[in-house]
This record gives sequence, structure tokens and C-alpha cells, in this order.
Amino acid sequence: MAEMKETPSQTAGPYVHIGCVPSFAGLDGMYGGADLGARMGPLPGPGIVFTGRVLDGDGAPLTDALVEIWQADAAGRYGPDARGWGRQPTDAETGQFRFETVKPGPAGGQAPHLLIWIVARGINLGLTTRAYFADEADANAADPVLIQAGDRAETMVAQAIQGGYHLDIHLQGEAETVFLDV
Amino acid sequence: MTEFAPRDRGWHPPALAPAYRSSILRSPRQAPLRIAQTETERTGPVFGHDLLGPDDADLIVNHARAGQMAQGPRILVHGRLLDEDGRAVPGKLIEIWQANAGGRYRHKRDGYLAPLDPDFGGCGRGITDADGAYAFRTILPGPYPWPNGGNDWRPAHIHFSVFGDGFAQRLITQMYFEGDPHIALCPIVQAIPSDAAIDRLVARLDMTRTVPMDLRAYRFDIVLRGRRATPFENQREGT
Repeated sequence: MAEMKETPSQTAGPYVHIGCVPSFAGLDGMYGGADLGARMGPLPGPGIVFTGRVLDGDGAPLTDALVEIWQADAAGRYGPDARGWGRQPTDAETGQFRFETVKPGPAGGQAPHLLIWIVARGINLGLTTRAYFADEADANAADPVLIQAGDRAETMVAQAIQGGYHLDIHLQGEAETVFLDV
Repeated sequence: MTEFAPRDRGWHPPALAPAYRSSILRSPRQAPLRIAQTETERTGPVFGHDLLGPDDADLIVNHARAGQMAQGPRILVHGRLLDEDGRAVPGKLIEIWQANAGGRYRHKRDGYLAPLDPDFGGCGRGITDADGAYAFRTILPGPYPWPNGGNDWRPAHIHFSVFGDGFAQRLITQMYFEGDPHIALCPIVQAIPSDAAIDRLVARLDMTRTVPMDLRAYRFDIVLRGRRATPFENQREGT
């Protein structure tokens, strides 16, 4: 029996960059001048670039969001430190986020994937979803989460682009991304 | 590996809270898909104390010019990181950010007419100790107006970003100050369904940690999701 309940969430707001990516926010030299999570790894495995956007109900990309990813290495192992974790702001003009990482391997009977966590102004509780990879069709077909997502599974599948993968995340609309309660 | 208790989503603010206008176009309209926890969510990044610089948790000096200090009422914000089962959560990264004493953020998108403080950056970070305890030295942030369609003012607040043992516990929230009348007027705060939940975000003046002739202290404990209760017979079946 839980003794107390979880602390309630509140939005990260429009100034999340100050706390989480202060160099991006213009706080020169803060924390040694390097934003935590800006450089992932080093992880063994084939390097990829993972890009995407977060689109609102009007189809406009969020230019003030913060995106984190968490992933296994190429051998499907998580941890034991922070090398499989990355954090990037969406670009202030284009809204694009960009991670340089390695393609994860399959872990625990799941198809290769990245956990994606999104916070921003207007998002009251951080949103969790996943990016799977379009060129892993066989593994994807057997993945329990994609199977459970049914005809909306494609919203979690990143498309191959030169040097990596791209996934647009839709907060609303016909193509609304599957967000996970986990 | 820890399996976490389900999150009570009705305790948190809903995705769509129309009085908070920014949520209207940014709220998913479909219910989130409940899935079984996997290793992906049960694990998360681990940060070592070697990450930290000596002044990272001291916002009064960590962006000040040499020999200078931030302007405003000096405070200590401290507390413990716990889980829903009352266990301390040690070794976890906590990051905070806030406006200065005049209610202005050091951010290019904040155009509020209150001036920047040349000696205040507005961010800090620390790692919880063996008892789950954390502490930041900072200044009391000011309330400020914000564009939400009317005459809306944010209560004085500090943003908190917290990591747990697994990504399922990841949390961002805001801490408010005891006695602030703006708490009851703020659409962001009031998006939280119950007064009991809102009360959990209100830090209390803590005279026991106040430093005479120096600073006042506020206490704010943070609770992350607990572990899933596992009946003994299920444990046997699973092993």
C-alpha cells in the first residue's frame, strides 16, 4: 500500500531550456559550457542521426519543446550509466530535434526502438512514445507494443533518411501519435 | 529490476485544461495506450557526482560576477526525494530553473519589462544524497504576468526536473510558496484536479533550516512513483 501519492506534474513551460539546456538558452559557461545529454555515448554500434518534429493541432512544429530519448546499445543492453540517454531542444525556428546516436539492438523480445519523452509549454504531463525503425519490418511485426497499437502503430515508426531516421510526432489530428501510459 | 506502480493519471493535471490556453493545441485527444512495463521504462540514465561543479546548487553565485551575488530575498530550498512507498531515492539528478527576484527569466523569449539581474542565471542542479536529501541556495523568484488571454499572473515558483531509478518515474513539476494568493488564481496550478494534490506542490517555511541573519528556508519533498506490489504467489510463478 502506497504511503503517499506521486508529486503532481506541472508543465515545463516555455523557459525549460534555462534549467535543462542552459548553454542553448544562452547562459554561457553554465555547468562547464556543455549541456547534459547534448552528446550521447560513446556507444558501440552503427552511428545514426535521429531527427523529427513535434507538431501541434494546427500542424505547426513546436519551437520551444524539449525532447529526451533513452535507448539500449547496439547489443540491446540498457545502462549502466547515462550513455544511452540524450536530450535536445527543438530548433527555435524550424522545430526540428536532432540526436546523434547509434541504432539500438533488440532488447527483451522487443523490436529495436527509442523511448521518446516530450515536455513543453502547454504539456501538463510529459508525453512518452517510442520510435521504431521502418527497416525492421520483421521485428516490428512481432513487437508487443506495436501489435497493441494496432492500426495506429505506424505513428511510432521512424522513416529511413540519409544517415539515419526521421519521425514527426503529432500531438493531435488524424495522425495523432500513440502516446504510452507505462 | 524495479517494476513501478501504475501512475494515477487522475491525480495529475489532464492533458487538456482549456483555461490554460497553451494546452488546447498541444494536448493529445486520444487516451494514452496502457502497455506492460518493459526494460525500456524500468531503466534510466544514472548520473554520477563527478558531474557536478562546486556551485551548481548555489544559484546566488553560480552565474554571478566575481565577488557578486544575485539580488533578492535569500532562501534555501531543500527536501527529500522519496517514492510512494516512503523510501528515500538516493543518487538522482534534480535540476531547477526560475525567474529572478523581479519575475524575469534569462531567456530570449521572455520580454517582461522587469530587468535582468546581471548576477543571476536562474538554474541549478544537484544529486540526492544517501537519504534522498537535496538543497539549493537561491533567491525568492518574483511573480510575473503571462499571456493567456487575460490578466494572468504566475505565482512565484521554481521548476523542478527529477530523474528516478527508471524512466517511468521521470517527472517535471513546479514548486510554489506557502501563502501565495496567486496559487488559487493560476490556471496552470488549478489544472490539477484536487486541492490535496495542489497542496503537495506548496513548499513550507522551515524555520529549523533558516540561517539567522542570512537566509530563510523552504521545505519541499518530492515523491516519485513507487514499486508495484507483488503478491507472493505471483513472485513464485515469475521466478
